[in-house]
Amino acid sequence: MKKAYLVADNIISPLGFSTEANLENLRANNTGINRVDNKTIYEEPFYGAVINNDLLSSSLEIVSNNVEYSKLEKMMLLSISKLLSENPSLDIKKSGIIISTTKGNINALCSNSETKAYLGSIAETIKDYFDLDSEPIVLSNACISGGLALAIAKRMIQTGEYEDMIVVGGDLLSEFTLSGFFSFQAVSPAPCKPFCKNRTGISLGEAAAVAWLSSNPKNVKGKAIQITGDASANDANHISGPSRTGEGLFISISKALKEAGINNTQIDFITAHGTATPFNDEMEAIAFNRAGLQNVPVNSLKGYYGHTLGASALIESIIARHCLMNDEIFASLGFEELGVSQPINIIKKNESKSLRRVLKTASGFGGCNVALVIEKVSL
Amino acid sequence: MEQQYYITSFCSIKNNKISKNGELLYSDDNSDSIKDFAKGIYKFLELKYPKFHKMDELCKLSFLASEVLLSDQLEVSEDTALVLANRASSLDTDRKHQDTIKDRENYFPSPAVFVYTLPNIMMGEISIRHQLKSENAFFVKKAFDAKFLTTYSRVLLDTNKASNVICGWVDLDNDKYDVFLAFISRNGEKLLSKEQLNNFYKS
Repeated sequence: MKKAYLVADNIISPLGFSTEANLENLRANNTGINRVDNKTIYEEPFYGAVINNDLLSSSLEIVSNNVEYSKLEKMMLLSISKLLSENPSLDIKKSGIIISTTKGNINALCSNSETKAYLGSIAETIKDYFDLDSEPIVLSNACISGGLALAIAKRMIQTGEYEDMIVVGGDLLSEFTLSGFFSFQAVSPAPCKPFCKNRTGISLGEAAAVAWLSSNPKNVKGKAIQITGDASANDANHISGPSRTGEGLFISISKALKEAGINNTQIDFITAHGTATPFNDEMEAIAFNRAGLQNVPVNSLKGYYGHTLGASALIESIIARHCLMNDEIFASLGFEELGVSQPINIIKKNESKSLRRVLKTASGFGGCNVALVIEKVSL
Repeated sequence: MEQQYYITSFCSIKNNKISKNGELLYSDDNSDSIKDFAKGIYKFLELKYPKFHKMDELCKLSFLASEVLLSDQLEVSEDTALVLANRASSLDTDRKHQDTIKDRENYFPSPAVFVYTLPNIMMGEISIRHQLKSENAFFVKKAFDAKFLTTYSRVLLDTNKASNVICGWVDLDNDKYDVFLAFISRNGEKLLSKEQLNNFYKS
C-alpha cells in the first residue's frame, strides 16, 4: 500500500486566513470566540467565533465571473486558491477532492431559492470555479466529517485510486445550527471550557480549511508528516448522546494504533474533540483511560475556534501537523480545573516538546467516532 | 490481481413497493403519505421496535430497507461498514427545523427534530439496531453513483477497515423517495462491479 503524506494546508478562520496566522494566534493563546450581537444570526447575543464578512470579501480578489457566492463558498474558494497559489506543483484537476461539511449553505433554506441548500451545490461551485472535469465528493458525517474525510483520502491514496487528494472542510455559524444546539441546551453562555469543571456547553464557530495529501515524497517540503493509522467506529448506542463507555471512540483509537503499528506508550500528544458539553468530554476521558492514554498530554482547540462542525477535525489535524513539524503543543484554552471523572493530562500552558506521533480524535451525533495517528517520519 | 468481492443481497424501496433481490415483498398504492407507507411496511414485516416511531421519514425508509436486507442473516458482523449516499441530504427534516425558527414571534426549535438534520443519523439508527460498531460514511451525490459506491466499498475491504459493507442510496425530497441497499461481502456468487450494482439498482 502507498503512503499518505500531509504535505500542505490552509486555514480560513477568525484567527486568520493562513495556517501561519492561525498558529501565531494559538501561540499567543488568542481566541476567535467573542460575544456576537448580530440579529441576522440570532435574536439574542451569544458567544461564538464568526468570520468578518468584509475581510473575507476583500480577500477574495479572484472573483471575476459575476457569480454570487455564499459566505461558505467564498471561504472554501479562498482556502483552496491559497493552497494552489502556494503550491504550483499541485494539479487540482488530477487530484481527488473531498468536501467535508455538515450543513453547507443551509441559510439558503430561508431565501427565495433553496437550490443552494443542497450540499451538492458546493461541489458544483468548486467544480465550475476551478474548471474541473468531475465533481468533488461531498462527505457529510456530523462532527467527525473533517477527520473522516482525511481518513478516506488517506485510504484512496493507499489503494492507488489517486496520487493526490485535496480535503476541503467548512461550515458556517448559522441560526439553523445555533437554534438547534440551544434547543438541546448545549450552548455555553460564555466561551466554551473543554474538559473543565466549570464547562457549560459548546461555543459554535465557522471556518474553512484545506489539506493536500500525496503519496509522492517529492511533494514533501520540510519534515515529512504521514497519516499512519486511521479508524472509525460507531457506538451503536444512541443517536444524540455519546456512549457512556466511550465504546466507538475506544475501538477507533485501538484500531488506528494497530494500523500504525504502535502501542499506547508511543503517542506523544492527543488533540481531542473536546466540545465542552458535559457528556462528550466525560465520554472522551473514559475512552482515553480505556486506551491507557490518561497520561498523554491532551488539548481541545474548541476554546480557540469554537466548534466548527465539518471543519473542526480537519483544522485540528492541520494544527497537529504543524505541532509535529515545530515540536510545540498548545494550551487547552478555557481549562481551569479537571471536570471529568477519569484522570487525563490537560495541557495548561504552551510548551516546546519533542513530538513524533499525535492522536487526533473526533466524535459526533449519530454515535460516530474517528481516530487518526499522524506521525513525523523519515523519507 | 484485484481482489474479488460479491453482492450477496439487495433491497429496493421505490414506487410504493419494497422488494428484495428483485422479488416484490410488499406494495401499497393507497397510502397518502410516506409515513403511512413506512408504517405499512413495518406492520408487514411484523417488527417490534419502538424506536422506529421516533425516527424521521428518511431514517424510517433506510431502517426498513436494512431490516429486509439483513432479514435472512442470523448474525451481522459488527465490522460491517455502512456507506450511504443521497442527493438531498437531510433536507426533508431540515425544512421542518427551519419552519420552527422562521418566525421569531413563534419560535419553537425542538431537539427531537434537530437531531435528524444530519444524514448520517440513519446509519446511527441501523448501527444501534444491529449493533454495528463499524465505520459509517455518508456522501452526497447528484444521482445514484454505482462507480463511486463500488470503489469506496472496495477501498474499505482492501484496507481491512470492514469485513462487509452495506452500501446504497437513500434519498427523500419533497415526498419523492428512492431507496436501494446492497450487502457487499468477501464471499458469494454475484461479483461486485459497478455494472452489476447499477443493474440491481435499476431492477
